[in-house]
Amino acid sequence: MPVTTYLDAIREAMIEEMRRDPRVFLIGEDVGSYGGAFKTSAGMIDEFGPGRVIDTPISEVAIVGAASGAALMGMRPIAEMQFIDFITCAYDMLVNFTATSRYRVGSSCPIVVRGPAGGGTHGGPFHSLNPEAMFMNRPGIKIVAPGTAYDAKGLLKAAIRDDDPVLFIEHKFLYRRIKEDLPTEDYVVPIGKANIRRTGKDITIITWGAMIYVADDAAADLANDGVSAEVIDLRSIIPFDEEAILNSVAKTNRVIILHEAPLTGGAGAEFAARIAEKAFDYLDAPIKRVAALDVPTPYSPPLEAAALPDKARVLAAARELLRY
Amino acid sequence: MTTPLETHGLTRENLLAIDYFLRLTRTLEERLVALFRQAKVIGGLYRSLGQEGESVAAAYALDYKQGDVVQPLIRNMGSILVAGAKPSDIIKQYMAKGDSPTRGRELNIHFGHPDRDGFIGQISMLGDMIPVMAGITLAGRMQKRNLVGMAFIGDGASSTGAFYEGMNFATVQRLPLVVILENNGYAYSTPTAKQSAVKTLADKAHAFGCASEVVDGNDVLATYAAAKRAVDRARAGEGVTLIEVKTFRIKGHAEHDNQSYVPIQLIEEWSAKDPVVQFEKALVDAGLAATPDFDAIQARVRSEVDTATDEAERSPMPRAEEAALGLFAGDGYWGEG
Repeated sequence: MPVTTYLDAIREAMIEEMRRDPRVFLIGEDVGSYGGAFKTSAGMIDEFGPGRVIDTPISEVAIVGAASGAALMGMRPIAEMQFIDFITCAYDMLVNFTATSRYRVGSSCPIVVRGPAGGGTHGGPFHSLNPEAMFMNRPGIKIVAPGTAYDAKGLLKAAIRDDDPVLFIEHKFLYRRIKEDLPTEDYVVPIGKANIRRTGKDITIITWGAMIYVADDAAADLANDGVSAEVIDLRSIIPFDEEAILNSVAKTNRVIILHEAPLTGGAGAEFAARIAEKAFDYLDAPIKRVAALDVPTPYSPPLEAAALPDKARVLAAARELLRY
Repeated sequence: MTTPLETHGLTRENLLAIDYFLRLTRTLEERLVALFRQAKVIGGLYRSLGQEGESVAAAYALDYKQGDVVQPLIRNMGSILVAGAKPSDIIKQYMAKGDSPTRGRELNIHFGHPDRDGFIGQISMLGDMIPVMAGITLAGRMQKRNLVGMAFIGDGASSTGAFYEGMNFATVQRLPLVVILENNGYAYSTPTAKQSAVKTLADKAHAFGCASEVVDGNDVLATYAAAKRAVDRARAGEGVTLIEVKTFRIKGHAEHDNQSYVPIQLIEEWSAKDPVVQFEKALVDAGLAATPDFDAIQARVRSEVDTATDEAERSPMPRAEEAALGLFAGDGYWGEG
């Protein structure tokens, strides 16, 4: 029986890194005695004390700013956003101060900003954000979005050990739904490496975060129809594994990019452009994107389900591409 | 006949060192104006005329050997000179040279590493440095270094949310942070009365619960004394102090700004209260210094600024190929591990 949830994997990564490295600390709202809004940091204050598990006022600018100042002084802060939506309050600090620090003045500013993202939990317009595209066009911050417990733990450790700022996008829908057996020994998942979840030869589905399970389900259905789909879990958005994408497209000649954020200006647009630029000759059909509607994520279940991408839309896209 | 002077523990040597930094600031800025007019300064040029006194005096209250960190705004070049910034580096920054501290990536005094240099340059989003300085002092406390941070901020920037969040967090955490709130009358063209409705900007401290003080920013020794009290309190674990320094921006926002919006009487009134002139007069009146002392300081300053200018003028511009480098660790551009 698998025991470690996606949520526990994140907590274990933080605890193990804080035991390993005294420079690592956690700062955010309600992360101390309360253990975080999702209990991600439950019990951590008992082991590490209020000096390393720091409760803050409701001040995202102060959280990211203070983490950044401490990072310049050699610390390794983990800044928690109670919901990743609230990083927009500290967008200025993160993209203007933190992300530019090394390029502008040569100062390493290694913070991790992490927090629960994504929809499917009826959180409404302000508790469902998928923020990756907002940061892709602001150079200087790495972006990762794990979909498995294994990757959540390994990527968070890699992010904490990284010498540059990392936005760590956790999918809250997965927190307690995903359970896996994880290695007992220390490991990291390298930032920038995709994972081929399923190999196939007829069509490629490029995705990340909670959408990997939608892609899995769609690929299983396609297999029943005799179509062999390859599922790439990108895991890292910046930097992204261009080689894995291009190799797969060269093999399958058909590609769907699936993401939970809205379609227009989404991360998929960049990946599609890259494929068009570098693998045009391999394509037998247009590049197809399956993404959320271009609306804020609505609250009511029928509206939310209609706004977010699902298996049916992936299958419809696949069948359209297979007609070419 | 001499007039006794309260020097707040400063020796004659200290007082002459302060005078050196005051004159260095003014002379270096005058040189930058000349370079600007020769089109050798690439970007804007922001004078601190009339504000050199508080910039130097406040920063002089820190102990850089202890690891203290000062964070200037655009009109606090004097503070980083006190912390040890080299005039040649500042000129190279303005001239966008390839061997400037930021290798041509950043402007003016936007440079410095808090741990390595004892100062850290601002970013242009005003207010953001207060949370950052909170984090620098938080790290200092975690590392048990007993260092103090000093952040400069303007009357205009005290209207930002980042200022409020940073001050509030730092005060809640009792961080060793001194915030010098410069009230120089104008934020670009907007007078302080249109910026804040408080009677005096130091009243904003009530919103945070930190200590506060108001001081005449054109009085070098009074500013030093207020800053020193705040630094001592911070080092003793007594938390944040907000010091409003009342001063005036004698020049426009930048060299391109003729500040036609500022009543001429105000400029005349404040020009008569020049901090450097007042400071030197006090030293003379107290018998602590005389004209030959100032002449010697000025000769030294002139020579240093000349040397720095020569070095900066000889420096190369950055190579175009460098534009893509140094975003992340790993390409070795900044010489990291």
